Amino acid sequence: MTNKQGIIHNSDKTVILLYLIMVTIGWLSIYAAEFTEGMGHVLNFSTSYGKQFVFILTSLVVAAAVMLIDVRFFTGFANIIYAVAILLLIAVLFAGVEINATRAWFRIGGLAFQPSEIAKYATALALASIISSIRSRKPGNKDLLKGLCLILLPAGLVLLQKDVGTTLVFLSFSLALFREGWIGLLVFVIGGIAVFLFVLTLMMNEFIIISVLAFIAFFVAVIMRKKSGAVLQVIALFLFLSGYVYSVDYAFDNILQPHHKARIEVLVHGNADLQGAGYNLHQSKIAIGSGGLWGKGFLQGTQTQFNFVPEQTTDFIFCTVGEEWGFAGSLVIIGLFVWLLLRLIYLAERQKSTFSRVFGYCITSVLLFHFAVNIGMTVGLVPVIGIPLPLLSYGGSSLWGTTLMLFTFLKFDANRHEMI
Amino acid sequence: MLNFVSNCNKAIANLSFLSMQIHGKTDQYNSRRKIVSGFIIAVGLILLIRLFMLQIVDPSYKAFARSNFLRHITDYPSRGLIYDRHGELLVYNEVHYDLMVIPGQVGVIDTLEFCRLLNMDVSTFESRLLQARRHSMFRASVFERQISKTTFAAFQEKMFRFPGFFTQPRTLRRYTYPIATHTFGYVGEAGPGIIGNDPYYRPGDFIGISGIEKAYEKELRGQKGLRIRMVDVFNRDIGPFHDGRYDTLAIAGKDIYTTLDTQLQLYGEKLMQNKRGSIVAIEPATGEVLALVSAPSFDPGLLVGRQRTRNYRMLQNDTLKPLFNRALMAQYPPGSVFKLVSTLIALQEGVVEPHTRYGCSGIYHAGGISVRCRSHPGPVNAVTAIQYSCNTYSSIIFQNTINNPIFNGIQHSFSHWRDYLLSFGFGRTFGTDLAFELPGLVATADYYDRLYGTSGWRSQTILSLGIGQGELGVTPMQLANMTAAIANRGYYLTPHVVKAIGQTDNPNTRHSLAQDIPVDKEHFETIVYAMHMVVEDGTGRFSRIPGISMAGKTGTVQNPHGENHSVFVAFAPVDDPQIAISVVVENAGYGSVWAAPIASLMIEQYLTGKVQRKWFEDRVLNQSFLTAQP
Repeated sequence: MTNKQGIIHNSDKTVILLYLIMVTIGWLSIYAAEFTEGMGHVLNFSTSYGKQFVFILTSLVVAAAVMLIDVRFFTGFANIIYAVAILLLIAVLFAGVEINATRAWFRIGGLAFQPSEIAKYATALALASIISSIRSRKPGNKDLLKGLCLILLPAGLVLLQKDVGTTLVFLSFSLALFREGWIGLLVFVIGGIAVFLFVLTLMMNEFIIISVLAFIAFFVAVIMRKKSGAVLQVIALFLFLSGYVYSVDYAFDNILQPHHKARIEVLVHGNADLQGAGYNLHQSKIAIGSGGLWGKGFLQGTQTQFNFVPEQTTDFIFCTVGEEWGFAGSLVIIGLFVWLLLRLIYLAERQKSTFSRVFGYCITSVLLFHFAVNIGMTVGLVPVIGIPLPLLSYGGSSLWGTTLMLFTFLKFDANRHEMI
Repeated sequence: MLNFVSNCNKAIANLSFLSMQIHGKTDQYNSRRKIVSGFIIAVGLILLIRLFMLQIVDPSYKAFARSNFLRHITDYPSRGLIYDRHGELLVYNEVHYDLMVIPGQVGVIDTLEFCRLLNMDVSTFESRLLQARRHSMFRASVFERQISKTTFAAFQEKMFRFPGFFTQPRTLRRYTYPIATHTFGYVGEAGPGIIGNDPYYRPGDFIGISGIEKAYEKELRGQKGLRIRMVDVFNRDIGPFHDGRYDTLAIAGKDIYTTLDTQLQLYGEKLMQNKRGSIVAIEPATGEVLALVSAPSFDPGLLVGRQRTRNYRMLQNDTLKPLFNRALMAQYPPGSVFKLVSTLIALQEGVVEPHTRYGCSGIYHAGGISVRCRSHPGPVNAVTAIQYSCNTYSSIIFQNTINNPIFNGIQHSFSHWRDYLLSFGFGRTFGTDLAFELPGLVATADYYDRLYGTSGWRSQTILSLGIGQGELGVTPMQLANMTAAIANRGYYLTPHVVKAIGQTDNPNTRHSLAQDIPVDKEHFETIVYAMHMVVEDGTGRFSRIPGISMAGKTGTVQNPHGENHSVFVAFAPVDDPQIAISVVVENAGYGSVWAAPIASLMIEQYLTGKVQRKWFEDRVLNQSFLTAQP
């Protein structure tokens, strides 16, 4: 009895409140996206909003269950949960069903379930486990390799499902590794330069880029010529980057799938191919852009009502918000997300145990990635990769996965005084 | 229990103190939480800036959104119908469908099937689509005109598979009889020039190009309606935008009741078969045009629909010039029929008395210029001169008029004479409701001054004007109007073809003002009597109609290029004129031989409703002048 009272008392009310608000906004947006005049009952279970209502209820059950389970279950069984998740990822390659050209779903009865959602959660637990296990010493190269494998194994399996979006989500764990000092800022700088050069190569002739690089290298070398070995280092770096620039074209043409290529090209080259690869983005921008400052009002969005925006209950749910609630509504949604993420950082930092802190950073990183990439793609900042907006997009797996992550962390936070 | 809990809490507090110390040692990267937090805030800000640009700064997405889901559908009103003077329907409409396209909404479609449905090859499909794209991505263009009913039915079924395409009902003109082509005119697509000047017209809209269709375009076309409909991504109609608040209803065009007499028009066209020339018949009391024939003519149905351009080109290249409306545009010297006018002027000016007689020796000499005359009983006065068409008499009275000493010089006397001509309607357009009428030619004193010098011309210099030759050009319409003015004994009403607009009891008042001719009625009575004598016992006696009193005048227009033109003007009955008519048959010789019989048959047809003189009719019908030298 007291235990239970304690749980509710100790849980972070802010996160719970934000969770409930966002889930509600999500459901309203799904309702609005699907709304047609003279539509059936609000709880029509053949519709997305009807199903989402059930998903929300079951998520609350998941949340309650997580809060009631002993916290040692998560810490102690982290590796086992990870192993189960890996097995599920392997199993889905054989026993899964294909939806939207990805083999990422199990179908049990009428429900489809995506094991990669569990994998994100399990990877966060496993990373927390491995990082907290060596808290007394500095991580060595061996530890770093172990950590990388821990991330790359599920990422690779998800890539085999042809689910590029979710694969890229696993990159976000690097933010948690950065916080724990396993990797430095240099990784992000190099990553940033790589992405920059990648986009640049698609936009202009690689010969020009290499010429500019040579020019910069020459000046850097002249400035640093007094330092021993610096010139050689600059030359080596220049050669490496030149090789990279040359290989981008090859990688772009031979490794990426045609539709991924097209989506990147749409972004780089502006409003190209409005009927093909650019259609989703164009329609998404129309819906959001036509919202103006205050939006068209609830259920008044013409672009979403008449289905001009594809995938508008799932990946493009933000269009409904943008169109019907305008910039004001967008501001609220982004504000809620930023608030939630900062709150999670705050909670993570007040953890006594490294395990809970790392776990907190892991889920924050995952949610941040989803938030940034999902909204970024609807407004044309990021190539269209199909990942949902957490808590708002339609979908059981996504909602359960996010609920599981958030409430596991809330459980840790509630018990932070017992965990070391 | 409570005790236990508090103890536990104390223990945990101790432990946490311990862990803090441990953290103090290992958690050296604590400060990185600020970088992560900063990163989160940066992401939020970047998204917000982008959203601000999209939603507040850039207005183009709002326009995109409207064109996405709004369809501006034009409702074309049915064009007004055209009736004859007795209420018989002459021009009506038939519904056809145009296939329209909005290029911005054309998605991935089965081009092959689409082309198969339309019976079109793929390259045509692509070039049409490109053409539509050039016009506008978001506005509808005509993709294929007037698709057949079967194509329409087949297409309608599969419409949902071809987003961006839709059909639009349009009406095309149909004609009860293939007659009065020049009077009706035709309807065509509004060209770029019209669209640039009048915002009412859009590409693909129809507009009257000539005839009544042009002159009464505003009445006939009605008012286009506009409906704003909402459609979804599959181009399915969702319903009216804002419950139709911005919709306007199409207003049907007004019907036009013409002054034409269908039977007379039909008969006139029949008589003019295989001939070049024209017939203009007017009701003198009202100025209403009863029949307007220009031969050769063509079926008005040729200039309707998809074949219009091809047929138009064919008609344009025809050496017989069927597109040329001779009744309004052909200009001839009037020849002897002009003697009616010149005699009226001389009588009014008092330079000759009605009973004054002049002898005729068959040739008239004046200062080195001589005018020939055909043999006739002499000497002649005003009546017999017209009865026998005496050139000598006409030349004398013309010189008398021009040499009238009350005028200070020939410039003044000639200008005075010319003013009479203008009062008859010569040398200027009437401003009728008939498109493309030409003014003809009446030379000015200035013209002769320039030609001969101010003192270089005398009455004999311009002597040929006295017998209707020389620097004179009149249209058949002007001749018919002159005849109507004589029938009215001194005035005319502007000839027109539209009696009423909208309803029969809504008369067209555009042309209801009488134009007076400054010649006394008694002189007109003299001339009318002379014209009656022309038919009873003169040059036109051959065309006398038993039981009908007719007044007429023959004319033979000298044609330096070939055979003379046969001209006749007439009205009947003499004492209560119902019809005034002018007939011109090009290259047919004497006026009494061909033009007079045709006028006579027309008058018989109009006044009695049938023609008794079959042999007389057959003689005209069987004659062709198309091979004659023009």
